[in-house]
Amino acid sequence: MPQYIRLIAQGKYTEAYMVNRESNVFPAILGRTCDRPCEPACRRGRLDGAPVAICRLKRVAADLRGEISHLLPKIPKESNGKRVALIGAGPASLTVANDLRPLGYEVTIFEKQNKPGGLMRSNIPSFRLPERVLDEEVGVILDMGVEIRYNSPVTSLDALLKDGYDAVFVGTGAPRGKELDLPGRHDTPEDKPRIHIGIDWLESVAFGHIDKIGERVLIIGVGNTAMDCCRSSRRLGGKDIKVMARRPRGFFKASPWELDDAEEEGINIVINHAPKHFVVENGVLKGMQFERLEWDADAKKSRVIDEVFLPADDVILAIGQENAFPWIERDLGIEFDKWGMPAVDETTFQSTRPGVFFGGDAAWGPKNIIWAVAHGHQAAISVHNHCQGVPVTDRPRQGSSLISQKMGISEWSYHNDYNPSKRQKMQHVDLTKRFQQLNIEVELGFDPEQTAREVQRCLNCDIQTAFTENRCIECDACVDVCPVQCLTITRDGDEADLRTRLSAPAINLTQAIYASNPLPQTGRAMVKDEDVCVHCGLCAERCPTAAWDMQKFDLMIPYAGAPCTTSSVLA
Amino acid sequence: MPSIAKPIATHPTLQRNSLGLTIRDYEGSMSTLCAGCGHDSITAAVIRALWELDTEPHMVAKLSGIGCSSKTPTYFVSGAHGFNSAHGRMPAIATGAAAANRDLLYIGVSGDGDSLSIGLGQMCHAIRRNLRMAYILENNGVYGLTKGQFSASSDIGSKSKRGEPNRMAPIDPVRLGLALGATFVARSFSGDKEQLVPILKAAFTHRGFALVDVVSPCVTFNDHEGSTKSYKHTRKNTLRATQADFVPPQSEILAQITKSGTTAVTMHDGSVVNFTAVPKDYDPTDRRKVAAYLDDQPANAVVTGLLFIDPNAPDMHELSQSSPTPLRDLAYEKLCPGSAELERLQEEFR
Repeated sequence: MPQYIRLIAQGKYTEAYMVNRESNVFPAILGRTCDRPCEPACRRGRLDGAPVAICRLKRVAADLRGEISHLLPKIPKESNGKRVALIGAGPASLTVANDLRPLGYEVTIFEKQNKPGGLMRSNIPSFRLPERVLDEEVGVILDMGVEIRYNSPVTSLDALLKDGYDAVFVGTGAPRGKELDLPGRHDTPEDKPRIHIGIDWLESVAFGHIDKIGERVLIIGVGNTAMDCCRSSRRLGGKDIKVMARRPRGFFKASPWELDDAEEEGINIVINHAPKHFVVENGVLKGMQFERLEWDADAKKSRVIDEVFLPADDVILAIGQENAFPWIERDLGIEFDKWGMPAVDETTFQSTRPGVFFGGDAAWGPKNIIWAVAHGHQAAISVHNHCQGVPVTDRPRQGSSLISQKMGISEWSYHNDYNPSKRQKMQHVDLTKRFQQLNIEVELGFDPEQTAREVQRCLNCDIQTAFTENRCIECDACVDVCPVQCLTITRDGDEADLRTRLSAPAINLTQAIYASNPLPQTGRAMVKDEDVCVHCGLCAERCPTAAWDMQKFDLMIPYAGAPCTTSSVLA
Repeated sequence: MPSIAKPIATHPTLQRNSLGLTIRDYEGSMSTLCAGCGHDSITAAVIRALWELDTEPHMVAKLSGIGCSSKTPTYFVSGAHGFNSAHGRMPAIATGAAAANRDLLYIGVSGDGDSLSIGLGQMCHAIRRNLRMAYILENNGVYGLTKGQFSASSDIGSKSKRGEPNRMAPIDPVRLGLALGATFVARSFSGDKEQLVPILKAAFTHRGFALVDVVSPCVTFNDHEGSTKSYKHTRKNTLRATQADFVPPQSEILAQITKSGTTAVTMHDGSVVNFTAVPKDYDPTDRRKVAAYLDDQPANAVVTGLLFIDPNAPDMHELSQSSPTPLRDLAYEKLCPGSAELERLQEEFR
C-alpha cells in the first residue's frame, strides 16, 4: 500500500493503479465500496486516531489514471487446450478469469442476469458505484477474451460437468436474503408486495424493475445492505425512513461511515426496537409492531420495556443473506454440511470433488468484495494446478526482498518527513442535488489538495528500520534523536521485563518488542518498540556506522502461473 | 524529498513535568554535528536533566565559545537565552551576565580546546570567583573542527587517526579544578546517561562553579584503535568512583539513605545528593582525600562520578557582597545615581 500511495504522491496515477490492480483487480470499484479491512490495521491511527484514507486514495489513482491496456498481461492467441467454467459473473469469478486468461485457458462465465458484475451491480446502488465505473473495470477482464453467457442461470451442475470442462468454479455469491417470518408477513398480495427482501429489492432497483416506494419506509436490520436500502428509498420517494435496530449504537454491523452517510441524508436510525409482527389490514400494510428493549452494558441481555406501533407504507428486510445451492445435485461427490454449505478447503478452495472449486460468498457465506477477489486469486492457482496435473495443495511460495533506501548523505529514496495533517474528509454532492436522480454519485472524490495532504499522512511502513548489531558503537545517537522514543539500549531480558525498561511505555501488547543480539561493546541489547515508529529514518540518519538503515520490504505474492513477480510496471 | 528535521510526532504517553512541559519542549534545533558525536548525547542529557528539574526555559542562559562543543547550546532549550561568544571567552561573558542577573541558571558549554588551551585562564578565574554556573566541558581530546589535531587533553601515547602518538602531557580538568578550589568537580561519559543526568541535575542546582568534565568521543577523528577518548576505550577503562543520585527538595522524604557506604550531601537549596557505591573511606567533601584517591588509580583509568562537592562555599555574589536584587531589576536612578553623587564620591578620595 505505501508503494502505491507514494506513486500517487508522485502523480504516477497509472502506475499506482497497476500496483493496486495486481492484487485487488477492481481499484475503482473498491475505491468506492470497500469495507476497508485495511484501515483499522493502518498504523497512522495509533498516532492521531485516524488511519490513512487508503480507500479514498485508491479511487484517486483509479479516477486519474491514464491508458492501461498496454500494461495489462498479454493474452495468448492460442488456447492452452483447457476449458474452465465459472458460475456467476461476480468479483470472485471475474478474478479467476483475470488470472487464467493470460495463461491461455478458455474461460466461460455463466451469468443469470443480462449484465456482469454480480452483487457489485445488483446490490450496490449506482449513487455509490456508478455503472460506467463498474462496466469499465469488469470490461477490462471480459475483453481478455472471456466468453460470457448472459441470462444463463446454471440449473444443474451435473449437466454442466457433463459438458467436459476441465475445471468448474462456483462464484454464485450468497443470493438469498434472510426471511423474517413474523405474523402478517404473507398477508399482503403477492403481485403488489409492500414487504420486500432487501437484496432482492436492491437488485430490482438496479435493473430498473422498481422505481418508486411509499413515503413511510421501515428498514429492518442495520447492516450495510440496510444502509443501501434506506438511501435508495430516499431517492425513490421515501420521506420518512426509519432503520430499525434491535441493539444500541456501537453494536451495528454497518460500517461507521455508511451510517454517517445515511444520517446525512435524513435517515432516522432507531435503536432498541425488536420487530414483533406486521400490521396488515384487509391486505393493506399499515405498519409494524415493535418491542422496545433495554440492554445491559455490553448489549448481551435485554428486557422488554413496552410495545410501539410504527406506521409504514413499505417494509424492507435487511437482516442478512444466505447461500443457496438448489442447482447442485447432492450425488456429485460434493459434500454439504447440515446448513447446506459446501465443504471447501480453506487453502485450495477445492470442494470434495476434485476440479470443482468455490470462492467469494459462495464458499463460506457473506464477506465482502475484497475477500471475493482474494479467493479468486487462490482458486485460480488451484485451477491452474489441477489442469496442469500438479496437486492443488502445492502452493507457490511468497517471496520477499529488503533493500536499502539510502541514496547519499541525508538522502533517502522516500519522503521521510512526518506530516501532521488530519485525515481528509470526503466532499459530498449537495443534498438537494443528489436526490434528483438515482445514479448521481454522492462522493466527489478527493480533490488534488486533499490528495496531496492525505498521501503525506502515510508512515511508509514498508520502509523498515533494519539494525546490524555488530556495527553499533552504542553512541546513543539513535535513542536521543527518535521523536517517538521507540529505541532503548538496555540489558536484554524477556519481553515482559523489557517492556518495563523502555524509553517510553510499550502500551500496545499486540506489537512485539524487537531486541537485538548482544551489542559489541557492552553486551546490552538494542530494543525497539515498533508501535508508534513514524519511519522518519532519523535513527539511520544519525547513525555513524550505518548500524541502522532504512530498508524497503517487498512482499511478493504469487498468482496463477506467475510465482513471485514484483509489480509488472515497476520491474 | 528527504527531511532531517525532527518530526513533531510524539509518543502518545509523553509525560509532562510540573510546568506542563514535555521533554520535547526542551529541545533546540536539529544538530548539525557529525552523526554519532558524543556531544549530541550530552545535549540529550542536558535536555532530560532540565526537564526533570522543572526548569523554566526562560530562566536559563546558555553560553559557549568556539568549537564543536560550543555549537551545542543551539541544540537544547530553544526557549532559553543564549550567547555564543569568542573563542575561550565564554567565562568572561558568563561572569558579566551573572553579575547583571543573578537569578538565571547559567549553563556554559565548552570543549577541551576552548577551555584548556585558548580559554584556560578564563576558566581558572571563573573557578576562582566561584561563579555560579554549570560548566560542561565536552572533552574529546582532539580538535575536531580543524580536522583532528591533538588537543591539550590528549593523553600521552594516544594515537591520532593517522597513527601518530601524542607526546605532550595532558591537562586534566578534574585535577585542575580540584587544585584551583572548584566547589563542584565531576567527570562522566557521554555514553553513560544513567550517571550523567543526575550529575547534571546536581550541577544545575549547585550554588557555585560546577565543573563537569564529560568524555565525549569524536566519531570522525578520535574514535579509532589507539585513541584514549574513544567509545571503546572509555567503556573499557571507566572506573565509576561514585554514583550520585539527585533528590530534589520536595521529594526528600522519599529518599532512602540506608545502604552502608552511602554519603548524603545536602545542597544549598535543600536538595540532597546521595552518593552510593562509593569506595571505602571516600569522602566527596574532602578535597585532599579525593585528590589522593585519584592519585592512587591506574594511569589509564577514566575515573567518573561526582568526585568533589562543597555546597557551602560562598559564590561570586556573596564574595563581593553584591546586591541581592539582580542588577537588572534595580531602577536606573539607583544603578546610575547621577553626576552629583559621582562628585560626592570623588570628593571622599581627595
